[in-house]
Amino acid sequence: MLHPITNAHFLVLSAALLLIGTIGVLTRRNMVVILMSIELILNAVNINLVTFSRHFGDVHGQIFAIFVITVAAAETAVGLGILIALFRNRETVLADEVDLLKW
Amino acid sequence: MSQFYTSTDHFVLVPAIMLALFGCAVLLFDFFLFPEPRQRKRLVWFLFAGEIFTAAGLWRQQAFLASEGLPEITAFQGTLTVDGFSLFFNWIFVAVSLLVAIVSWRYLEIEGEHHGEYYGLILLAQCGMYFLATGTDLITLFIGLELMALCFYVMVGFLRERKRSNEAAMKYLLLGAFSSGLMVYGFSVMYGLAGSTKLRAVAAAIASRDAWDPVVFLAMATTAVGVLFKVSAAPFHMWAPDAYEGAPTTVTAFLAVGSKAASFAFLMRIFLGPLETARPAWEPLLVLVAVLSLTIGNLAAITQNNVKRLLAYSSISHAGYILLGLIAGNATGLKGMAVYILVYAFMTLGAFLVVVALRRENLIGEDIEDMAGLMHRSPGYAVLMLIFLLSLAGIPPTAGFIGKYYIFLALLETSHYLLAALAALYVAVAIYYYFRIVRSMFISEAVAAPPLESTVGLRVALAVTGVLTLAIGVYPEPFLRLAQTSLVR
Amino acid sequence: MADTILFYIFAAFVLGGGVLTVTRRNSVHSALWLIVSLLGTAGLFLLRQAEFLFAVQIILYIGGVVLLILFVVMLVNLDETARLRQFNKAWWVALACAVVVGIEIWYVLNRGLETLEPGEAPQTAATIEGNTERLADVLFSEYLLPFEIASLLLLVAIVGSVVMAKKRI
Repeated sequence: MLHPITNAHFLVLSAALLLIGTIGVLTRRNMVVILMSIELILNAVNINLVTFSRHFGDVHGQIFAIFVITVAAAETAVGLGILIALFRNRETVLADEVDLLKW
Repeated sequence: MSQFYTSTDHFVLVPAIMLALFGCAVLLFDFFLFPEPRQRKRLVWFLFAGEIFTAAGLWRQQAFLASEGLPEITAFQGTLTVDGFSLFFNWIFVAVSLLVAIVSWRYLEIEGEHHGEYYGLILLAQCGMYFLATGTDLITLFIGLELMALCFYVMVGFLRERKRSNEAAMKYLLLGAFSSGLMVYGFSVMYGLAGSTKLRAVAAAIASRDAWDPVVFLAMATTAVGVLFKVSAAPFHMWAPDAYEGAPTTVTAFLAVGSKAASFAFLMRIFLGPLETARPAWEPLLVLVAVLSLTIGNLAAITQNNVKRLLAYSSISHAGYILLGLIAGNATGLKGMAVYILVYAFMTLGAFLVVVALRRENLIGEDIEDMAGLMHRSPGYAVLMLIFLLSLAGIPPTAGFIGKYYIFLALLETSHYLLAALAALYVAVAIYYYFRIVRSMFISEAVAAPPLESTVGLRVALAVTGVLTLAIGVYPEPFLRLAQTSLVR
Repeated sequence: MADTILFYIFAAFVLGGGVLTVTRRNSVHSALWLIVSLLGTAGLFLLRQAEFLFAVQIILYIGGVVLLILFVVMLVNLDETARLRQFNKAWWVALACAVVVGIEIWYVLNRGLETLEPGEAPQTAATIEGNTERLADVLFSEYLLPFEIASLLLLVAIVGSVVMAKKRI
């Protein structure tokens, strides 16, 4: 009943994760959750890269994944910095305005 | 083990090293040498020096290519490729960074946010652009793109006390990160196809497959979304009007010109490199995107009252025109793209510089009404703005006409008659909304307003962009030759 | 066999955590579910013999990025947002887009996967050096340049977040 795990399993999983992340980015209003959805997308990329890396028996994909993680960390840091700046300028803390109301 | 930092590697890397070095130097000197806010404008000289060294590095590369008669120099085992294409774009980046930097200090002083980091970020963003134009490796392109994008996220939010600027930065960052996530997903699939991150290997792997191969299509589609987002082509343009409006105007100019040119360089590297053989699959997609960009850009611009927002929509439509060159895809079309990007850089920069001049103490000056009667108050600026607007609309004898001419010529040569007709139709629409600004400047009653801010830098930058916009239109040959060199790849 | 079972466990972590991340009302809960999803991904890395990335994933991603997110969530106090509508008005458009994209990806994977596996790639003979050593070898020779650019990227991230978050600069 249980099949051995192939690359295909990993790729389908990563596609599903990409989809979840995309839905999160497009539908949520809370900026922090959108940032987290982007992390999900980047994780889908990393699963892909590691799978291919194993497939080819080299480490290039894993190195690519390290760079993706670096970029994810940098983007999050700047994003949260901007979030704090945005939050500070709101003297009336209308929570409604914290969300991006329109794309 | 092979030597991994050869003299060729160094030769190719010099401009980027200079940009990074001076970028870091600006950040350091800002802290140690110029603690006083008034002294900070001296940092422009550091940027100036950095650009001179960068230009010297580029010049040596160009001279080497010419003297040896080589089409390209590759370094870092195919990670970087210096060719006519990369040099052409790097020259544009140098010019744009310089022009933006020399107008910035007064504007930022008025906004009360004149910090040294600004100049460091300009240099580091340009460093990212260098790798976008020169890189031929998926990882390097990705990191270069992110380096540039991160600098822009920060610069767009540079007016930290303004809610509008914060929101613009946040929106730009979220959508930018999302799109680059999709793009890097495409990259991961490309790596999966080729087993290597070098564009050359990816190209070979994709060429060995059918153009409609579903995996190639997946890689192409996700990469295309990311790239088209960066060039702000519809329907991936939602960030552009808000980011352009919320950012400091000098940053808007840099974003609209530098970031866009770099992203187009990146787009051409990807679509004319590894994805070239998948053309049947991406051509219909790009036709759709180009038509949407022209439609949304031109129709939405009609109702705008904020000049920056209007120019944002117009830049979306310009992205559509440039994409038409890629769709035509013949030599004329590619040359047309290069010419168009060159022309676009100077005319758009010029138009934004006039908006920079309109910003005064206690007066934001971004609405069309703020330009009312400009002809009576400051005829020089009004005439310059007229030139830029005529060029943006594509009316001879300005540069914009030359750009559009080659795009249309390429479309006719490749029998895309319907697209050419549509594009021509939208020129008429564009004339209408650009003339709203012209009408305001020349016909409306002058309103009482303080005189325009003017600094030496601003005057120099306006003169350069104005003269170039006219010169390319009147005597295009040298610029066409320059664009021709970009085809050497 | 053990691999198969582990894969399904980790896959459940990844997808379950992911779904809950994007659907939770409270941002803190979302972040906690994100940790679950990232842990699942780390497990998958282990299954694919990427030990170094497994460590990086846990130390850097969970220990760094998610912690940073949690910090900020608590700092800016998003409590009030939890009571608001969580999905924007265009959610059905987005959902439709996502469904179309999803079907497309599914179709592509179904039809394309066999083409994606052109015979198992040659398995390299088991080497004495470990995964980290091989990574380091390639990273510091072939990918030296992107490594250096990444340092600039991190510099920009530091400068950028300070510029944005600090009151006076």
